[in-house]
Amino acid sequence: MSTSDLALLQERFEYLTERASADHPALNCPADKLIELCSALRDDFGYDLLIDVTAIDWDAASPRFTGIYHFLSTTKHEYLRVASDCRGDIDPILPSLTGLYAAANWHERETYDLMGIRYEGHPDLTRILMWDSYPYHPLRKDFPLAGIETPLPADDVAEVTGVSVKPAPMAGGPFVSSADGPMSQTEPSARDESWSEKKEKPCGN
Amino acid sequence: MATTKEISIGDAGSRASEGEGELSGETMMLNVGPSHPTTHGVLRLKMELDGDIVKKCEPVLGYLHRGDEKIAESMTYNQFVPYTDRLDYLAPLSNNVAYAMAVEKLANLEVPERCQAIRLLCCELARISSHLLGVGVYGMDAGAWTVFMYTFTEREKLYTLFEELTGARFTTCYTRIGGVARDIPDGWLGRVLEFCKGVLPVLDKVDKLLTRNRIFMDRTVGIGAISKEDALAYGITGPNLRACGVDLDLRKDKPYLGYENYDFDVPIGTNGDCYDRYLMRAEEIRQSVRIVRQCVERFPEGSYYAEDAKKIFAPQKAKVLTSMEELIQNFMIVTEGPQIPAGEVYFEAENPKGALGFFIVSKGGGVPYRMKIRGPSFCNLSILDKLIPGHHLTDVTVILGSLDFVMGECDR
Repeated sequence: MSTSDLALLQERFEYLTERASADHPALNCPADKLIELCSALRDDFGYDLLIDVTAIDWDAASPRFTGIYHFLSTTKHEYLRVASDCRGDIDPILPSLTGLYAAANWHERETYDLMGIRYEGHPDLTRILMWDSYPYHPLRKDFPLAGIETPLPADDVAEVTGVSVKPAPMAGGPFVSSADGPMSQTEPSARDESWSEKKEKPCGN
Repeated sequence: MATTKEISIGDAGSRASEGEGELSGETMMLNVGPSHPTTHGVLRLKMELDGDIVKKCEPVLGYLHRGDEKIAESMTYNQFVPYTDRLDYLAPLSNNVAYAMAVEKLANLEVPERCQAIRLLCCELARISSHLLGVGVYGMDAGAWTVFMYTFTEREKLYTLFEELTGARFTTCYTRIGGVARDIPDGWLGRVLEFCKGVLPVLDKVDKLLTRNRIFMDRTVGIGAISKEDALAYGITGPNLRACGVDLDLRKDKPYLGYENYDFDVPIGTNGDCYDRYLMRAEEIRQSVRIVRQCVERFPEGSYYAEDAKKIFAPQKAKVLTSMEELIQNFMIVTEGPQIPAGEVYFEAENPKGALGFFIVSKGGGVPYRMKIRGPSFCNLSILDKLIPGHHLTDVTVILGSLDFVMGECDR
């Protein structure tokens, strides 16, 4: 977004604040004003392509979840990032953009599926990548990389076989690191603790 | 004594001519996929049929979901490169490049000209290989098997080139943050030119086989037409968007890798139907060949990685084995990952299937805090529930073929 457009936008919507960004212009917008802002972006500023919808989980912070939207103008060839903090840390809520952009439909379903953000006004807010009865939101920071034991999506198969979805065996990798802390604490290592040099080998011989 | 009762059964033709009112109301559910040749991977469609007209279509995704974004949050930037191969696995090189460029944008790192040229070659050759497959398989979907044989032969030659360059045919894992894994092999550019020379006559053959083919045109012209407005509303990108008449090519409009210095045209369609989508891909291959030739012609000398990026690009093996400083540098990059400053960045590249975007949130250090991957196929497929209803069941095959999607980047 050009600087003149940005100034115009901020003048019209006083609640917008600038957001730190390493590239494209970015704005913070309160969740209840999001629809108003986005309809102006689409109709008056030429941001006709909703490129991406996603969210960030800030873990311990509050507000915990931030919704992120990327817009692209096919006439001006400029990107714009809009960020909006979600109401509620346990059951985060954002307004749905499906009324403005049809593209929002699947993106919001995906964000709901993986991050657990409820989009109010979405016509069919169901899981899209995980199966319908899946109980967790895997992209949340408190969800472990290996996964959590879960019943199979098909009850009848589970009943006969007694099989469930098991956490991934992480022995031998992937050698994972974490984004925070000094190296002494985050040195990449296999996180599986079922067997190591200090413990006995699982098989008897 | 048994009584006989006379009933009349009309033949199929007369029943069909009795009109729609008679037939409608009797719908049938049809499940296609997740494992079906039409769906090019593991897409599943739940369709409601009235006769052979599709009334409702519900795509079901997620059969190839591997949690790439979750995995990205727990490994260093370089460790994630192999995972990008498996997004659009028909053009792994361009995924590698897009990912590396997103991270470099966050690190505010410029790679040398030679590295840019290598990456540009990778992108364009990957585009050619992806479109060769796209056109070939599309022809096969519409019943024209011969095209597939021609294009696959050419794609095979490309894969030999990729193998020479990266060491692998499919899972290339070629870029590193701040450069590429290794320089181009001796004489490779010559072989690229040789390939370009060979592929053009094949394109002419494909053109003769498909473009004016009566059957192919009957099956594609006017089928699966997407309007300009719909295409924008659903966030469709790439050749599928341009087929609808929207002039958006990130190589021209948001140039990266020095695309602004190359002379090439962007084909734009008019009707947005299946036929136009074929024309787009066929022409894009020719344009890519043009770019490749220009690139080889003025291939710059220099380094294939950013030499000043000491905390990002691991030093040469020979130096690691002989010099203490480089040994430490190598150790730090391997264990802690390339040091990338904190910030938020979004970068997308014009990939064969559309705009592949990476949104990276970093808190500093060698591991991203959050990474969102925008797969173009995901957005391109979201229009299916609007596009398919009203078409015949046989058209579904052609529509899916024309959209040229890949489930690896759709499900991630």
